[in-house]
Amino acid sequence: MNFKKILPQLLTLVVVILVFGFFSYNAQVNMENRGITFGYGFLSQESSFDVQFSLIEYDGSHSYFRAYLVGLLNTILVSVIGIVFATIIGVIVGIARLSNNYLIERTAAIYVEFFRNIPLLLQIFFWYFAALRALPLPEKAEPMFGVFFLTIKGFFVPAFVWNNLDIFIYSVIAAIIAIIFVRLYAKKKQENQGIQTPVLSISIGLLIILPLLSFFLGGVDVSVQIPVIEQLSKTSFTFKGGLKLPPELISLALALSLYTATFIAECVRAGVQGVSKGQKEAAASIGLTPNQVLKLVVMPQALRIIIPPTTNQYLNLTKNSSLAAAIAYPDLVLVFAGTALMQTGRAIEIVSITMLTYLTLSITISIFMNWYNKKIAIKEK
Amino acid sequence: MFKLVKRLTSVVAMFAVLFTFTTETMAAKKSKTLKNTQKKGFVRCGVSQGLPGFSNADAAGNWTGVDVDVCRAVAAAVLGDASKVKFTPLSAKERFTALTSNEIDILSRNTTWTLSRDADIGLTFVGVNFYDGQGFMVRKNSGISSVNDFKAGVSACTNLGTTTELNMRDFFNSKGIKYEPVTFEKADEVVAAYDAGRCDTYTTDKSGLAAQRIKLSNPDDHMVLPETISKEPLGPVVRQGDSVWEDIVRWSLNTMIEAEEYGVTSANADSMKTSDNPAVKRLVGAEGELGAALGLDNEWSLRIIKQVGNYGESYKRNIADTGILPDRGPNELWTKGGILYVPPAR
Repeated sequence: MNFKKILPQLLTLVVVILVFGFFSYNAQVNMENRGITFGYGFLSQESSFDVQFSLIEYDGSHSYFRAYLVGLLNTILVSVIGIVFATIIGVIVGIARLSNNYLIERTAAIYVEFFRNIPLLLQIFFWYFAALRALPLPEKAEPMFGVFFLTIKGFFVPAFVWNNLDIFIYSVIAAIIAIIFVRLYAKKKQENQGIQTPVLSISIGLLIILPLLSFFLGGVDVSVQIPVIEQLSKTSFTFKGGLKLPPELISLALALSLYTATFIAECVRAGVQGVSKGQKEAAASIGLTPNQVLKLVVMPQALRIIIPPTTNQYLNLTKNSSLAAAIAYPDLVLVFAGTALMQTGRAIEIVSITMLTYLTLSITISIFMNWYNKKIAIKEK
Repeated sequence: MFKLVKRLTSVVAMFAVLFTFTTETMAAKKSKTLKNTQKKGFVRCGVSQGLPGFSNADAAGNWTGVDVDVCRAVAAAVLGDASKVKFTPLSAKERFTALTSNEIDILSRNTTWTLSRDADIGLTFVGVNFYDGQGFMVRKNSGISSVNDFKAGVSACTNLGTTTELNMRDFFNSKGIKYEPVTFEKADEVVAAYDAGRCDTYTTDKSGLAAQRIKLSNPDDHMVLPETISKEPLGPVVRQGDSVWEDIVRWSLNTMIEAEEYGVTSANADSMKTSDNPAVKRLVGAEGELGAALGLDNEWSLRIIKQVGNYGESYKRNIADTGILPDRGPNELWTKGGILYVPPAR
């Protein structure tokens, strides 16, 4: 009986192993026939190509592995920016679609229908080349607030130059830990004595005061470096100093977040509409304010509906960021599966690493979102 | 009566065995790629996604260019018809994979011959059909008249996955200039970004710069700097491990160049059969058995010259007359001050 039960699974396993075995054997034989060697040793070789934008120190004298890290971090950067903005825009538009105001509701609906029905790659091209056409050359850029310069060569912002940055970071971490304790304490107090504590204002206060103290006592010091224009030749200029965000990053993040936000907006709308009217009425009838109704009754239930499909959108956004290669944003696909692959010719190795990386990124997001979903799920006692 | 039939059959059988034996030795001489090509009836050729003068398709989908002519020459030699070529446009990134994974049989896509490419990734370069070098294009009004005028912070647009990317680094490093590389997968996007002002300079092979300049909104506002920062011998590539096919492609190219050297053109090729020069007679298949050595018939080279023309005709038709690079520079015959020099066909 037991044997009969596991037999199909055993057979499936054998088939899977055989299929994989066949393909890897086949690949091996073919590669041998064509004189291609296999190995990951190239990762430690000098890459000898440069990348225009990198979060860590990198140039061509570093290894291919370092180039991989550069690409990976750039992918993560644009994904995180995209996810944050897509969520903010998505929530706002989603709620706007539920508005009783006809104008707001229609505007949100048109936005959603427009942006989700145009292929993403086209939108990326549109934003990139539209940006390149519309943005001024560095010498003609009007400063925003005197220190920000949005030009065709990038968005130049003031950079912070830190002294004892680590102490500052520790103080922020300390503030966060303190906030967690305050919250726990407030919860207990409410359960035991029924007294509510103004947790939010205490948290904000902590977040300001502790890092501020680090300036006075910890020797933390910060100065601002403002970008200044520099002439490269008679007609060509750029900015020196400060921080530079390439236009590729800006247009890619913009396209990704505007596109994904439409889907998130629909998730939010579905979630809020999925909470039955009776819940709101019941909450109002026991004397909760409209704010409390939203925070304590509607949102917790709506989130249960919103989170799973939104997770999909986060995953999509991360994977869609690989379209970066089309507009020269140095993400993982462009740097590693593009330039590095071309320079080494190691297609199988590099593509396998890249696939595995995207898989890991996606699974990490999945695990986190599943954890969050479980946390807010109904806890039946 | 029966005896006779029996004897006859045995004789026939003997002949059959002999015949199969001889055809098999003939076939053994043929390469797998050659056999497949003859079975399919067309040559599978990888080209660029559109580089005027080298490989470019017109509105009707007809491919022209000096790279295209190499594939046409092989088709003329192997299949007897220069039009029997199936072109596959490839990005710089896709090109080698397409060749090693058997998607195409010849890669003729302005590809630079380097040691690591030749030795490492299962490829064999068969020759050079264009001697090129990397250069820079800038705006005329920028005041930059030489590569020595570049300053730190300069942004340079180029194609990713090319030797250009590496040369650019070597060049700027040797000058001690910090630069910003902006790399795109497709040439059209490089041109668009440079045109919009994203980059101060556009760098690639000089022939490429000359060809792409036409695509800019105001070609006359731009110029190519005089310096050449690298050697870029461009040539056709085949898969490693099929030496017969490799020889066919190599000698198809060599035939075109040698034909120019001996003054054999598509117009006069037939009349050259009665030439007094044995080298010319060999070239048009009127003397010697050179085709058999490649597993081809003896008219293979004649067909190349008649259908595609010699190298000079191809260059004039595709590069000089289109205004891309009227001056042949190093791509002139060695007898006329250039460096085109091919081993003799004999």
